[in-house]
Amino acid sequence: MSEMILGPFNRVEGDLEIRLEVAEGQVRAAYANSPLFRGFERMLLGKDPRDALTITPRICGICSISQSAAAALALAAASGRAMAPEGAKVAALLHAVENVADHLTHFNLFFMPDFTRPAYATRAWHPRVVERFTTGSGSAQRAAVAARAALLHIVGLLGGKWPHTLAIQPGGVTRAPGLRDLVRIGASLRAFRRYLEQTLFGAPVEAFAALETPDWSTGDAGLFLEIAQDLDLAALGRGGGRYMSFGAYPLADGPMLPRGLWQNGAAGPVPLDAIAEDISHAWMIGETAHPAQGQTVADTAMRDSAYSWCKAPRLEGRPVEVGALARQVIDGHPLALAEAQQGGGVRARVLGRLLEIARTQVLLEELVASIRHEARFMDNAPLPREGAGAGLVEAARGALGHWVRIEKGRIAQYQIIAPTTWNFGPRDSEGAPGPVEAALQGAPVTEQEAAAGDTPLAVQHVVRSFDPCMVCTVH
Amino acid sequence: MNILWLQSAGCGGCTMSLLCAEDPGLTELLEEAGLSLLWHPALSLETGRQVLDLLTAVERGETPLDILCIEGSILRGPNGTGRFQMLSGTGRSMMDWVRTLAPMARHVVAVGTCATYGGVTSAGENPADATGVQYDGAHKGGVLGADFVARGGLPVINVAGCPTHPGWVTETLLLLAAEALTADGLDGYARPRFYADHLVHHACSKNEFYEYKASAAALSEIGCMMENLGCVGTQAVGDCNIRAWNGDGSCTRAGYPCINCTAPEFEEPGHSFTETPKFAGIPVGLPTDMPKAWFMALASLSKAATPRRLADNATSDRIRIPPTLRGPKT
Repeated sequence: MSEMILGPFNRVEGDLEIRLEVAEGQVRAAYANSPLFRGFERMLLGKDPRDALTITPRICGICSISQSAAAALALAAASGRAMAPEGAKVAALLHAVENVADHLTHFNLFFMPDFTRPAYATRAWHPRVVERFTTGSGSAQRAAVAARAALLHIVGLLGGKWPHTLAIQPGGVTRAPGLRDLVRIGASLRAFRRYLEQTLFGAPVEAFAALETPDWSTGDAGLFLEIAQDLDLAALGRGGGRYMSFGAYPLADGPMLPRGLWQNGAAGPVPLDAIAEDISHAWMIGETAHPAQGQTVADTAMRDSAYSWCKAPRLEGRPVEVGALARQVIDGHPLALAEAQQGGGVRARVLGRLLEIARTQVLLEELVASIRHEARFMDNAPLPREGAGAGLVEAARGALGHWVRIEKGRIAQYQIIAPTTWNFGPRDSEGAPGPVEAALQGAPVTEQEAAAGDTPLAVQHVVRSFDPCMVCTVH
Repeated sequence: MNILWLQSAGCGGCTMSLLCAEDPGLTELLEEAGLSLLWHPALSLETGRQVLDLLTAVERGETPLDILCIEGSILRGPNGTGRFQMLSGTGRSMMDWVRTLAPMARHVVAVGTCATYGGVTSAGENPADATGVQYDGAHKGGVLGADFVARGGLPVINVAGCPTHPGWVTETLLLLAAEALTADGLDGYARPRFYADHLVHHACSKNEFYEYKASAAALSEIGCMMENLGCVGTQAVGDCNIRAWNGDGSCTRAGYPCINCTAPEFEEPGHSFTETPKFAGIPVGLPTDMPKAWFMALASLSKAATPRRLADNATSDRIRIPPTLRGPKT
């Protein structure tokens, strides 16, 4: 058996190191290390609760609005109140635009370029992938970056800038959109639809959203599925079959995508009290705890029995996978369900995101059409001097939670579990691996890769299929 | 010229913002200016050992390096070891890599307020002992030291902002490519003057409210946010309202205050970001370059002269009273 230490692991957001134990041309065991600790939960202690709205978005420059929304909802919950209903719609709009932009960035800039590598030069699709996804100059990359920048004009208009807006508040949003704003946003969305239909899907978004089998030949989505078929990416990096979503885009009458836990082939409620962060293999000091009680105390000695700054979140003592696939499975999308039932590998995760891009386009258009411009977008009220609450949202990469406790008008406790904390956490005290660690077991490693110390291509596909956001992970 | 981009301890948001560059887009702009990315963690193909080889070649002087961009603060903790951020796969801290690579580069550019001054990563108790590349907050020093000068003759160029506007970064790179950025082009905190000689107040869409001190009392109201809501746009450097963000945006246009994110130590304002500290009912922290007595005199005069249109609109969430129209000339 040999060992490989992989890094710098790029085209993931932030810092990641993977250690592999390899035997007989396969990954025997994998260990995911998040090698960056900044300590946001500690920075917040003693601060005015409102400051969480400025500080927590800066945990992550790619999931910034997600962090913002989670902080606003946690403070709203601590106050026992809700956003103004139309304000919640604008917050959902901002958040959904970020999530779609992130999916686009992941597909075009982070995930697809791996297929341009010379190792795939003999494949029929290789010249097309090289033309589309060569880093920096690929035609698909450039089209996607341009479409993303134009889509983010919606955030410019309503949120001032992206990333790091302060527009989302516990009571709603800071800018009331007028009719002119709404028609402008409609125009931006139609332009984005044109990009999706001409480039990413090569057909109406409704047709892709309604897909029931992974058979699709047009656009860059078609190119991906051709590659997935050729390389059998459905069988690579299979998941644990347990998916969780906190429910996306909460409106006055509930979230636009449902909250749920999918296991043993069926969806049910999420036992939120059964969330706990295990720190047996994290450079943290303390006990396994629910985030409402948890602490973040760094083990500065970096003890040998741990290997990551990331805690290991568990639901009822077991790992769950989170992300776009999880959301679509829990929402009952037939293709997402079929993919999950086949093991939920690399193809399933990427397909989950593509389905979500198509479905979110429709959802965004409906959302904008429903906004009543004459309504109030903010219900201002002071935050309580004592209170506690949780803000649970769905970032692009999955379930994100903030748990806050306010005492004497100051933050007394703040804990965050990010999507990639769930997906890329280390082993727990039972020795059970986290989702990516488990998904990497069995991934092929060629003799050439092992000899040269090159990051195995299969490992790269599996890791990037999760779209990890490592800056959120440890925060 | 080539560019090596490192992401140290930050959020990656300055790269994400940079990808919002338009007309032309980022990669087209770099290509046409003769700038190439030697490596960028989010944008390049190379991974793992390939990156290590590339960094080692720069470290040994085998690959000449024109521009080193550093995005994110540098972590010195725990206990000065830098081990709160190890550059994965290398067994070395990012602090060590930055100290090793910076002297090899013709120009060193700190991108974002974390890299320039420590930024939000150094907020609160500064758990990871974060600092900027050549400043620790407002004090010169950082991990390279106050006396560091890159091979090209400039100190670390501080493109501060949280996040940075894509134009601030691309135009700094374009100036470097044109050999047109000199020490005179940098302000007292080493920020490029092309954006740091402006104030966020310039072209703020709330200027008329400001003129009459017609203030918003709560977020979502459209009046000036200086008096009550913590806005420091009259003191903060940046052309945010002149060039706008993501199309038409800016913080103040979206109805929330400027928090001075281009400045050292903005992360610890000493009060809530969205509330103006006051002494005897008067805001503490008045506009840059203005004598306090004059400001007070003008403010009380203009407040007394506030038209009803502005007073009412200031505390509304949209324009309630439009400007008065002039009748026909004859």
